[in-house]
Amino acid sequence: MPIRVEIISPEKVLVSRDADMAVMPGEEGDIAAMPDHAPMMLILRGGVVSIYEGDTVTDRYFVAGGFADMTPTRCTILADSATPVSEISVDDATARLEELTSALDFSATSDAEQVETLIGKMQSVRAEIDAGLATH
Amino acid sequence: MASLKELRARITSVKSTKKITSAMKMVAAAKLRRAQLHAEAAHPYADAMRRMLGELAASMAGQDGLPRLMTGTGRDQVHLLIPVTSDRGLAGGFNSNVNRTTRQTVRHLQAEGKIVKILPVGRKGADFLAREFADLIIERIPGSSGKEVPFSAASDLGSRVTKMLAAGEFDVCTVIYNRFRSVMSQVPTHMQLIPLELDEADAGQPAAGADQAQYEFEPDEEKLLARLLPRNLQVQIYAAMLDSAAGEQGARMTAMDNATRNAGKAIDRLSQKYNRTRQANITNELMEIISGASAV
Repeated sequence: MPIRVEIISPEKVLVSRDADMAVMPGEEGDIAAMPDHAPMMLILRGGVVSIYEGDTVTDRYFVAGGFADMTPTRCTILADSATPVSEISVDDATARLEELTSALDFSATSDAEQVETLIGKMQSVRAEIDAGLATH
Repeated sequence: MASLKELRARITSVKSTKKITSAMKMVAAAKLRRAQLHAEAAHPYADAMRRMLGELAASMAGQDGLPRLMTGTGRDQVHLLIPVTSDRGLAGGFNSNVNRTTRQTVRHLQAEGKIVKILPVGRKGADFLAREFADLIIERIPGSSGKEVPFSAASDLGSRVTKMLAAGEFDVCTVIYNRFRSVMSQVPTHMQLIPLELDEADAGQPAAGADQAQYEFEPDEEKLLARLLPRNLQVQIYAAMLDSAAGEQGARMTAMDNATRNAGKAIDRLSQKYNRTRQANITNELMEIISGASAV
């Protein structure tokens, strides 16, 4: 029995289809949504969501953080932003990483919360670059 | 009576006005379709988010120390209003409806002795409110000016509101925007963001498909809620902005359609008058010639 996997960004629905398993990057470690999983909500870090049919990965999407809502029949991923891994632009991501790095230098003295957000973003972009490099 | 030359000039000018309004109507129709698609595409995210929030709120009900974004500061003294309008006019009553509603709300709140702060989105609203409440406006936020609304616009504004709340700069936050009901009708609507108003239906109802089983939360409820709430704020603002953008095009289309029709009527009327005048002139000249000839 498959589960319904949905990946939704604020702008649109990217994926909505049945699959056997979806592995997603939870903030405290990767986690797989499978049929009859106990209902669960979690925070996602930046990373790759892999959608499985049988034992093969059919789709890979990069999500830059977000939330996931799992029920026995459904898995909804609310991504801050999402791109198919094949469409990641490594150059683009590298440029963004540089931007964030310089922003971090500027705000080195300001509030801790902002630094934390920036570091979170940097980790997410690094994960994006890694995912991009692994495919190209 | 207007001379023939004057009438001819009027007709030409109305004709070119008509060309402009019908072109604007066409442009608005094309933009409306895109804006509507955009607004609809954003629904699933907002729906899923509301469902998750409802679930969380239900499981945390009765606990102390809920985040401020949900419960507000517990006071009701300082109100932050966010009226959403467009950057451009020529859209019928679209902007003035929101502006009038905002003005009423401000006056009403002030009469109750509350402090009001305004954070207007879009130039039309800011200009209007600056005439009367210039000292209440904190900052003007640029509107979409007919282009697609990027999510970053809403997320920036959302973070701003979150920061202001953390700094204790207001107690209650309300967005006033045109809700898109149909192409013909946009309803000025108040949407209270803080304290959060969850629909009864969302809060009580278990998510579809979940057979009453208790949700697990990772890392835990509080952390999730702390992350979900600011996001929800942004999404709500985004939804309001998208609705407003679609409504703007709808209102402009309707207004321009009316203007085109009116211009058509004016052209008919003027042409008739022109023809009558021309004929009267000819008759006059003929009579002068005939009476001149018979006098000789």
